[in-house]
Amino acid sequence: MTPTGPTGAIRYDLQLIADMVTPGARVLDVGCGEGDLLSYLRTFKQVDGRGIELSMAGVRAAVSQGVPVIQGDADTDLSDYPDGAFDYAILSQTLQATERPRDVLINMLRIADRAIVSFPNFAHWRGRLHLLVRGRMPVSEYLPYEWWETPNIHFCTIRDFLKLCRELDLTVERALALDERGRPERFPANCPIANFMSAQAVFLLARGSRR
Amino acid sequence: MNVLPAASQPLNQSVTLCVDAPMRLDSGLELGPLTVAYQTIGRLNAERTNAILICHALTGDQHVIGPHPVTGRPGWWETLVGPGKTIDTDRYFIICSNVLGGCLGTTGPKEINPATGKPWGLGFPVITIGDMVRAQALLLDHLGIERLFCAIGGSMGAMQVLQWAVSYPERVRAVVPIAGSWRHSAQNIAFHEVGRQAIMADPDWNGGDYLNQGTVPRRGLAVARMTAHITYLSEPALQSKFGRKLQDRASITYGFDADFQVESYLRHQGANFVKRFDANSYLYITRAMDYFDLAAEHDGVLARAFQGTKVRFCVVSFTSDWLFPTAESRAVVRAMNAAAADVSFVEVTTDKGHDAFLLDEPEFHDTLQGFLDGAADMFGLPRGLFSGIRP
Repeated sequence: MTPTGPTGAIRYDLQLIADMVTPGARVLDVGCGEGDLLSYLRTFKQVDGRGIELSMAGVRAAVSQGVPVIQGDADTDLSDYPDGAFDYAILSQTLQATERPRDVLINMLRIADRAIVSFPNFAHWRGRLHLLVRGRMPVSEYLPYEWWETPNIHFCTIRDFLKLCRELDLTVERALALDERGRPERFPANCPIANFMSAQAVFLLARGSRR
Repeated sequence: MNVLPAASQPLNQSVTLCVDAPMRLDSGLELGPLTVAYQTIGRLNAERTNAILICHALTGDQHVIGPHPVTGRPGWWETLVGPGKTIDTDRYFIICSNVLGGCLGTTGPKEINPATGKPWGLGFPVITIGDMVRAQALLLDHLGIERLFCAIGGSMGAMQVLQWAVSYPERVRAVVPIAGSWRHSAQNIAFHEVGRQAIMADPDWNGGDYLNQGTVPRRGLAVARMTAHITYLSEPALQSKFGRKLQDRASITYGFDADFQVESYLRHQGANFVKRFDANSYLYITRAMDYFDLAAEHDGVLARAFQGTKVRFCVVSFTSDWLFPTAESRAVVRAMNAAAADVSFVEVTTDKGHDAFLLDEPEFHDTLQGFLDGAADMFGLPRGLFSGIRP
């Protein structure tokens, strides 16, 4: 898949997420940072978007650019929202930083019909090689933290994530494998090679098995 | 091209409403006719879509922009309101009215009761935040404004704007409650009770009939103001401003003069306040705040107050505010989420306490600016509304 929407100044992987959202949809962006994706979605796709962000600096920046965002925590605050309040709940590069990723996923697909989840793939060959050769936790452009300062506490691999989706009875409607710079690979994220070859993945999920 | 008058000139006026039929109060009593004193700044656009209602706090008034007729000082929100400022009077039409029960031109206990020809005093009916908002809605009817672009208010003003969103969701597009809550807490009621008791303990209060007796309960009202003023500040702000510094002396006097600067400051605040505020009005307005409880109106479930609302909210709190702490704003936001309302929430870091909403707080101003711009874009309010016709 290649980006089809107008190219705003947003990260490549965010562009791919934006392309999955239907125009005019109701969107909740969990861990929305400074609201770049929401701002893009509002401008180019006329979505009715909201955000939750943990860092107050991020919230202020988002609200200052006119994006509705509240300061909050994905682990505790998603439970406030009623069932089916949104068409999409987005969790971009945030899953690995949540306390209870499983509950966060369950909640996302309770309050929204679809969930779009992107995360770094801990089984990427570079990471494996780093650990194998140097014997130290991988630090890279897309995982830029030392182990003692990282907000990431629950790393997973693509294979782990797919297993959790099966357990939660979630359908993978789309699976994009991305390289380190967030560009799409030629293979999907739910094919066997992706777990080794892709640095990141983006999944579009829905409730219930449909295969 | 016509040169229009400067948009920033405040226009102070008043209107008598409910002449034909009285307004029904939450208490069940009726009040009317009633006079509302208000200030407008800027121009209403042809579509009547650029009106912002500013709701003042407990001891504020309609003079958002000065000079104040009693004190001669600048208006209470001149840091924020004016041409090119965050609440841009070149772009928006600003309305601020003295609240029902107030003492600067709007019907209240200080004004003359038409039935007796004497000041109302304690004969004035007890009013609520809901009644204040009802009177504001009548003022908007008079001004021909069907729908507000935004309602903004801090402290008691926050209560009013929340009430606006709940009572008239179809008449307001966006609402900004700042440093407020959905109800007055026990601690807040307790502080107000101390203030009221101070006023009522003053022999010059004369059972509330002081205007007819030729006295003024200055001491009681000053003490009420001093107590309240402490709650508007923060401990670190007081400490850094005054510490234990002495006032005009080298050592303590072993007496009860204002030895400490903080004492002198509070006495000054109290003395100034009594020049511009009416003691009975203070009783009525604090009572209105105490009675405020948006959840109670909805079977104790706050979220129900916001069910199905189309209003855009921006809730703002301040880290050092202990009168309306962030937890209260967060509870409001949680209820709005439960109704899937469109809400932004920002907690501003400051050591200035509750009063931060009146001060130059860039983080707060940036938030408000971003929210207003975003809401204006969404509701199709052009950015440079009057830029083409300004001289």
